[in-house]
Amino acid sequence: MNAFALIGFGEGGWGFALVRGALMTLAVSLAGLAVGAVFGGLVAWSRLSGARVAGVVGEGYAALFRGLPELLVIYFVYFGSSALLTAIVHALGFEGFFGVPSFVAGALAVGVISGAYQAEVFRGAFLAIGKGEMEAARAMGMSRGLAFRRIVAPQVFRFALPGLGNLWQVALKDSSLISVTGLVELMRISQVGAASTRQPFTFYVAGGVLYLLLSAASDRVFEYAEARTTRALRRPGV
Amino acid sequence: MDFGFVGDIFVKLIRALPLTLGVWSLSVALGAVLGAGVTWMRASGLWPLKIFARAYVFVFRSTPLLVQLFIVYYGLSSFPAVRHSIFWPFLRDAFDCAVLSLALCTAAYQSEIFRGALAQVPPGQIEAARACGMSGFQLFRRVIFPIALRQGLPAYSSEVISMTKATALVSLVALWDVLSVALKIRNDTLVTYTPLLVAGIIYFVLNFLLARLFMFFEYRLTPHLRGRPR
Repeated sequence: MNAFALIGFGEGGWGFALVRGALMTLAVSLAGLAVGAVFGGLVAWSRLSGARVAGVVGEGYAALFRGLPELLVIYFVYFGSSALLTAIVHALGFEGFFGVPSFVAGALAVGVISGAYQAEVFRGAFLAIGKGEMEAARAMGMSRGLAFRRIVAPQVFRFALPGLGNLWQVALKDSSLISVTGLVELMRISQVGAASTRQPFTFYVAGGVLYLLLSAASDRVFEYAEARTTRALRRPGV
Repeated sequence: MDFGFVGDIFVKLIRALPLTLGVWSLSVALGAVLGAGVTWMRASGLWPLKIFARAYVFVFRSTPLLVQLFIVYYGLSSFPAVRHSIFWPFLRDAFDCAVLSLALCTAAYQSEIFRGALAQVPPGQIEAARACGMSGFQLFRRVIFPIALRQGLPAYSSEVISMTKATALVSLVALWDVLSVALKIRNDTLVTYTPLLVAGIIYFVLNFLLARLFMFFEYRLTPHLRGRPR
């Protein structure tokens, strides 16, 4: 069987499996980015709040996860979360081992790493908003919550988008490391294909090309989103 | 927590540190050479070289390092032609493959940093240097390089630090670096957290020291940004 038939969609081809792997990569990376947005948002908030203890905790978290190898974090979250879950379940009076699903552990690990970087993106985006905006909103009689929702959040999103685009690319690549937990995403299915057909070159190159396509396509999406969110800032004739 | 056990793990992991540092330093150095080559191609003005440089940077930055590592280590060795070539003694060695593939990857990132740093050298400085009669290598050594170094150092330091984290991937090609030794201890002793925690501390301290070192370089290179001595 030649290389193209092997990764194709015909009889005995691995095409569908690879595409399913790519979709899983997309799903786990998206989940990771979303988890990271929660962590990142909390850290940005803690540092902007002015509360000293919260700021130090936020800063410490970000510094820690930017200084640890991604693979180590993934192992730690994967083994650690299962051990924690088992301990909790044992405390409730049940027996046996309870594993956290590798999708959840993977998304959590990628998210924890991404959050450490997203914190800076959100903080920068928040600081880029003019002080007068909040003052004007308050003067119009909006409560702090309403002003945050209507005035601050949309602009934070707009200013954060380019940084988030970069971090999305990072999350997409980091997600390949989740393969060590056995989650059948693109990297894992490439490994399985490579091992069972003894054609490692074909499968890893095919996997690489699919990552390339995911990365290039999502780049277009971010470019479009950036153009859309900044359309109010564009001046005619520029 | 049993401190004797932790101390034992620490000693075992520190013994694996030279391999991690070896992969790191060799791949960063080789990556700098290759990256400089890519930057030179990009700036050469010859379109085939320019296209190659752009494609190189695009491909190596848009695919996971793990895929690149596996293509080099498992993929290339599956060809009989490679196994019979003069490169085989090099390519069959996991350490050499790891260094090569990490270097190829960081070269793409480093070349972008070099390009950005060179682009930030003010044209007026180059014109002034030319007006003073400098050209070629002298112009590069005395004017372009020092200014570009100052501009590019912050980005370069984060790339170098991210490479220490990337070395952890070599645990997946059967090399005994800090992470893989920690995983082996975890497997042998069935202790969940401690070996990975100790490994994490080692990586974190390593990166912290590197960050400090680069901050010191940055401080030394930017005397013009410092306040007046009081």
